[in-house]
Amino acid sequence: MTGITLFGLTGALVIGLGVFGLVARHHLVHRVLAFNLIGSGIFLLFGALASRSPNGTDPVPQALVITGIVVALAATALAVTLITRFAEASGRTHLPDDSEDGDGAV
Amino acid sequence: MTALAFDTLLAIAIAATAAGAVVARGLYASIALFIIYGLMLAVAWVRLEAIDVALAEAAIGAGLTGILLVGAAARCRAVERRTGAIGDGSGERRTLLRTIQGAMAGVLAAAVGAAVLLLPDSAPGLTATVAGTIERSGVSNPVTAVLLNFRGYDTLLESMVLVVALVGVWSLGAEQFWGGRPGLKQHARTDGVLAYFGRMLPLVGLLVGIHLLWAGAHAPGGAFQAGTVLAAVWLLVAMAGLRDAPPIASMRLRLLIVVGPAWFLAVGAIGALAGSFLGLPEAFASELILAIEVLLTLSIAVTLVLLVLGVPRRTT
Repeated sequence: MTGITLFGLTGALVIGLGVFGLVARHHLVHRVLAFNLIGSGIFLLFGALASRSPNGTDPVPQALVITGIVVALAATALAVTLITRFAEASGRTHLPDDSEDGDGAV
Repeated sequence: MTALAFDTLLAIAIAATAAGAVVARGLYASIALFIIYGLMLAVAWVRLEAIDVALAEAAIGAGLTGILLVGAAARCRAVERRTGAIGDGSGERRTLLRTIQGAMAGVLAAAVGAAVLLLPDSAPGLTATVAGTIERSGVSNPVTAVLLNFRGYDTLLESMVLVVALVGVWSLGAEQFWGGRPGLKQHARTDGVLAYFGRMLPLVGLLVGIHLLWAGAHAPGGAFQAGTVLAAVWLLVAMAGLRDAPPIASMRLRLLIVVGPAWFLAVGAIGALAGSFLGLPEAFASELILAIEVLLTLSIAVTLVLLVLGVPRRTT
């Protein structure tokens, strides 16, 4: 196995871990963190697959990933602002669960 | 052989920190592991010979995202303390549900992993295309050539996404603080470590930022990496309480936010008159890219700082 395949598989694993965190954790900040894990896992997968080019590292996927990292930050900033404003307005830091008799009073 | 051993250890470290960030009980522990994960990931990008991405991942993916998450966790903690709510609900303990969720995430990871293994070992990509036309792009760093010339519209839209996200963040603030200063007033001991770093590191940060900006034309670096380093300098000064954040009603601040994307758009529009939108004329490509990068760096730095500082919370 080459290092490139290894990082591709690592990316796949991180995507799986991120999806698990997104559905299994309840704290909203935890979910944003997990969402970022999914994103960076996809970037790593993309970068590893792009490194298979025989004539050196392909710059186009690199540029796309840099764009992606910045857009992910912009989305994260908006998400954590929504979370903190939601928490301050409702007193809750996680969404109502199905098992709790969600009165939806938020 | 040594390289593969190193890569294996690195892959294990990445997977372990990512898993730790997902399963750690405490939110702060999760965020700390996430930041370490980001730095490990940056090393993996170096191993994939993508230095530009490594810089962006370390500075933005690990650094700024980490600050955002820590800030959000602190505010949530304050709310939880006030209302007596616990952060992780009792739902965390249902084993059967966890097992099913884990199995499904595992299937997804295995499917993606199988795709990695089934793909052919070699793919031509666009390396040769970029190498063949880079002489006409005005810069010699292929990543910068793609970002600012060949796929300029990506970068233009990306810089606008940052501005739109900032407008979104500001619009979530309470109405009485509109136009005020973002975040809370920072108080740090004037003889403390933070204040000391706040005075010492900005000099280093400014030099590194300007270097990254200038080097971006021919070596790893560029507007986004440089902008992030400059943003980190400003954030450090603000967190050390040495200089307060400006009120968001400030016209000078708003001009700084839009000058980069606006100039980029203007250059693109001139290109449209000459034939193709965002097509840089070969004769001036080098100078135009430098001008775009300088203004874009300023706008990115200011926008990133304000995104991290968040909604206005004070009128003065």
